[in-house]
Amino acid sequence: MLFTPTVVKNLLKKPATRKYPFEVRDPFPKYRGELVIDIDKCIFCGMCSRKCPCQCITVDKTTGTWTCDPHECITCGYCVDACPTKCLTMKDTHRKPMTEKTTWIEQGTPPKPKKKKAAPAKEAATKAEKAEKKPEAKKVDKK
Amino acid sequence: MATTVIPFGPQHPVLPEPVHLTLKVEDEIVKEAVPALGYVHRGLEKLADIRDFHQMITVCERVCGICSMIHGTCYSQSIEELMGIEVPPRSEMLRVIWSELHRMHSHLLWLGLFADAFGFESLFMQFWKVRERIMDINEATAGSRVIVSVNIIGGVRADLSPDQIRWILSELEIVEKEVKAMQDTIMNDYSVKARTVDVGYMSKEDAYVLGAAGPTLRGSGVASDMRMIGYGAYSELDFEPVIETTGDCWARSTVRFREVIQSIDLVRQAISKLPEGDIAVKVKGNPPEGEVYMRVEQPRGECVYYIKGNGTKHLDRLRIRTPTFANIPPLLHMLPGCELADVPVIVLAIDPCISCTER
Repeated sequence: MLFTPTVVKNLLKKPATRKYPFEVRDPFPKYRGELVIDIDKCIFCGMCSRKCPCQCITVDKTTGTWTCDPHECITCGYCVDACPTKCLTMKDTHRKPMTEKTTWIEQGTPPKPKKKKAAPAKEAATKAEKAEKKPEAKKVDKK
Repeated sequence: MATTVIPFGPQHPVLPEPVHLTLKVEDEIVKEAVPALGYVHRGLEKLADIRDFHQMITVCERVCGICSMIHGTCYSQSIEELMGIEVPPRSEMLRVIWSELHRMHSHLLWLGLFADAFGFESLFMQFWKVRERIMDINEATAGSRVIVSVNIIGGVRADLSPDQIRWILSELEIVEKEVKAMQDTIMNDYSVKARTVDVGYMSKEDAYVLGAAGPTLRGSGVASDMRMIGYGAYSELDFEPVIETTGDCWARSTVRFREVIQSIDLVRQAISKLPEGDIAVKVKGNPPEGEVYMRVEQPRGECVYYIKGNGTKHLDRLRIRTPTFANIPPLLHMLPGCELADVPVIVLAIDPCISCTER
């Protein structure tokens, strides 16, 4: 009986829920929905792939490719914080459902090798190569 | 009287997570309960071998699907203690704010599930409706509804703007009003009392000896709350542990209900005492050799993290003891002697978080 006033109030009020697919709430600006990259700004330093806790990003400095497995990504935003050129951002809406698993590959222009920074560039490239081996192995497993 | 064996779980309408209990029943009265765990073991502790200590925060947050913030805080605090990092006071206070928001939404979720366990569907909907406002606060301030990911070693990643603080306070006022409107129903309603009073009784001595934690312990009258040891910024806040003395399911639900109100008060206190300054310090180097033992209060009780560093970026050992693990022996003590129809209510009264327990 003590719940009756709440029941009466709820009967007279509008529903608390939305008719979702037709009516969508405005997203909050800080919401971490989906990773977005502006590949023209990317310098292929590989910082994002090193910071990523789920290791879903692979950066190849020699060919200028930035690869991400969107299904592995947990949208923690660590890569966004680590990116030195701020080319990585977070969209405030989440990704639409997919019917097939895809790998997200972005092709950019690789930076020209500099004489002074030749040593760290090599390191980054070898690290990227190492990281790249993992997804390849996974693909073989799936087949 | 012949003994009948009734399997309860791992799939059961009241159980949000899989736990199996073999109930030996004589004439509708439970005589013995034998648990079986291990359905959702994920081996998260072992991940410390291949993920570095910064990346382990995201793993620790995923130990529990409800109180991710407090797991992250506990892990970062233990690493900070191991490395001797002084965290800015603002970040400590921000951690308290999000921790209390998590406690509120966890308790509101549980109160809803508990209402559902004794068949009060509309009360369940009402609690979850209120909870949605807190989820919105989490999403707007931290960027995600449950896995907020605001902790980093050395502070927090997100800050609260004055506009957001004003909005949080106005939302909390609505939450407080709506939660208090439920107070009479959850504490004094005839049908609620019929299902909870004197069900699953556990005395103060038994609760202490069996090592119960959190609201299960406080519902039996033991004033034990890890926030009282003053980790983080809790030493600056003014509060007392909520206790009830009747030791039944009604007491446990009342403790949780009163803790929601207490958490609203703690968020307000933390916001009023929020100092200015940085929200994080830069961390260099790896955790040195050594061990750290960290205890925090989760919505379900005392959570313990043991961390052993070896000087590299990987930890030697990460051991997590979650509150539900401590609450299983008390549950097995409460079940014998109860009616079969009361088993779902008693099992839910300890707020079982099985994924936590099995990690």
